[in-house]
Amino acid sequence: MDHVIRVRGLCTRFGDHIVHEDLDLDVRRGEILGVVGGSGTGKSVLLRQIIGLLDPAEGEIEVLGEPVRDTSPEAFRRLRRRWGVMFQGGALFSSLSVRENVEAPMREQFDLPDEFRETLAAIKVRMVGLPENAMDKRPSELSGGMRKRAGFARAIALDPEIVFLDEPTAGLDPIGAAALDSLVAQLRDALGLTVFLVTHDLDTLHAICDRVAVLAERRVLAIGTLDELRAVDHPWIRDYFGGPRGRAAAGEH
Amino acid sequence: MTDAPFEISDDTLRLSGELSLGRVARMQIPDHLPVDRIDLDSVEKLDTAGAWFLVQLSERAGGASIHGATPSQTALIETVRRSAGAAEDPPEDHVTLRGGTVALGHIVWDGIRDVLGLTAFLGRFVAELGQLLRHPTRLRGVSLVHHMQAAGLDAVPIVTLMAFLIGVVVAFQGSAQLERFGAEIFVVDLIAISVLRELGILLTAIIVAGRSASAFTAAIGTMKMREEVDALRALGLDPDVVLVAPRILALIIMLPILGILANIAGLAGGATMAWIDLGIAPGAFADRIVTGIGAWHLAVGLIKAPFFALIIGLVGCRNGLRVGGDAESLGRLTSTSVVTSIFLVIAADAVFSIFFALMGV
Repeated sequence: MDHVIRVRGLCTRFGDHIVHEDLDLDVRRGEILGVVGGSGTGKSVLLRQIIGLLDPAEGEIEVLGEPVRDTSPEAFRRLRRRWGVMFQGGALFSSLSVRENVEAPMREQFDLPDEFRETLAAIKVRMVGLPENAMDKRPSELSGGMRKRAGFARAIALDPEIVFLDEPTAGLDPIGAAALDSLVAQLRDALGLTVFLVTHDLDTLHAICDRVAVLAERRVLAIGTLDELRAVDHPWIRDYFGGPRGRAAAGEH
Repeated sequence: MTDAPFEISDDTLRLSGELSLGRVARMQIPDHLPVDRIDLDSVEKLDTAGAWFLVQLSERAGGASIHGATPSQTALIETVRRSAGAAEDPPEDHVTLRGGTVALGHIVWDGIRDVLGLTAFLGRFVAELGQLLRHPTRLRGVSLVHHMQAAGLDAVPIVTLMAFLIGVVVAFQGSAQLERFGAEIFVVDLIAISVLRELGILLTAIIVAGRSASAFTAAIGTMKMREEVDALRALGLDPDVVLVAPRILALIIMLPILGILANIAGLAGGATMAWIDLGIAPGAFADRIVTGIGAWHLAVGLIKAPFFALIIGLVGCRNGLRVGGDAESLGRLTSTSVVTSIFLVIAADAVFSIFFALMGV
């Protein structure tokens, strides 16, 4: 099996507080992996460590076969080009328009003619389903859902191989959340992405995730399809997937 | 072009190699393409930019069909074809006389609205102050003291140092001129009048404007961006009471005190220089001030202090509340705060000068 992300023996400590201890995780090429866990189990921390924003205390992290830690700045720059990240609130640059936000990574990584870059950015903005008039708006003029879409457009600006999404559907209405889910699945098929998705949204897990990793007890407690996870006998997993919301989400799909 | 991947034979355009962003950017679409098939068999990698390039090629060739794509490549090409959209030409900006006039009108109108807005804000603050006088318990005591320390006490070192140096400079320049007339003793009058009436309080106000107007705008503006101001309103708390009143009141209380300290430091600086340069002993310097300089000179300076404080506080707080959703507006309004408050302080000082001249004090 071709693994695009490989985490081994990861330990994370904040002072005396231990977040991860000896955590292992593999992500397969082309899959949509959902990462779930209670608040404070270090889901977002794990995401930030994989993309090199945070340095763990111990452990190895390999993305696309290259180490994220202990690498030269030049090699890390080349590696960073091959993934895209969408942060929780979209994290759009507030002084740039939506199109300029999508252009930003292209401008940084490639020396492209202006017109070509604008055309490509416009394609990406339309791909994520934003209306034509959103192109030149500032992020503060957009609704929460549109901001997430714009953040997604910026994440896929360079045709990355992996996309990291931090709670993409949080704060969206059910219709907007479902639309974003199908957008992620659709673009995964079109662009051949691998998606690493941190979420709390049970509907998202059911709708698009190929596998789900459960973070609990400072490690990946279980990983597998939803059916496999339901068979796991662990109080937290039982409560999560067997609770009223979990059952409701399962019943619909 | 050296790496052109084109190869045309039998109405078929064969493409090879990578069709990716870095390469496509350097390729040009030929004007004339006599093909009706595009073959991708030997294309190794295709990304969005490559797919867009293919769509353009196929259109240029009059709708040539694309063959040899893998299912995922077909999906990508279809997605891009749907998203390519109409090539729109952005409306060009022509600078016309009419456009220029309209722009000028907007600038004037915005300026007027700005002045009106500041006046309205002053009105709100005065009304709020009236409320606070009737119900003093509504005043946030802790917040007031905190801002008195941040805007007042913490500014003491820089304000006194600056005033001391100004006293030195005035004494030095004055003595060089007055010595030529043998009127060295009048350097005392020069220092006392200029420092007490104008320089002490004006320069203090300018430093406080730079320190506190910017701090007020940045602090309130950040709260506005993070929706904390909305949260206050939603909790039934008035931002004017919680955020604005303590800051402005703290300045109104502290600026006169800073002004007095600046006056003392300025006179000390002047006296030091007069002693060193002209040999006027500190005792004689003090005597001359007590007998020769009226108390009105001190009063004229200090009367202005609360007004300057009001200007600085109002401009700083109001600009903070005007911050929008983006980081740029925070930076722009913070610098506007400093510039506007310093300008208004100097303008107000000019008005006071004329007023006191007419009143004969």
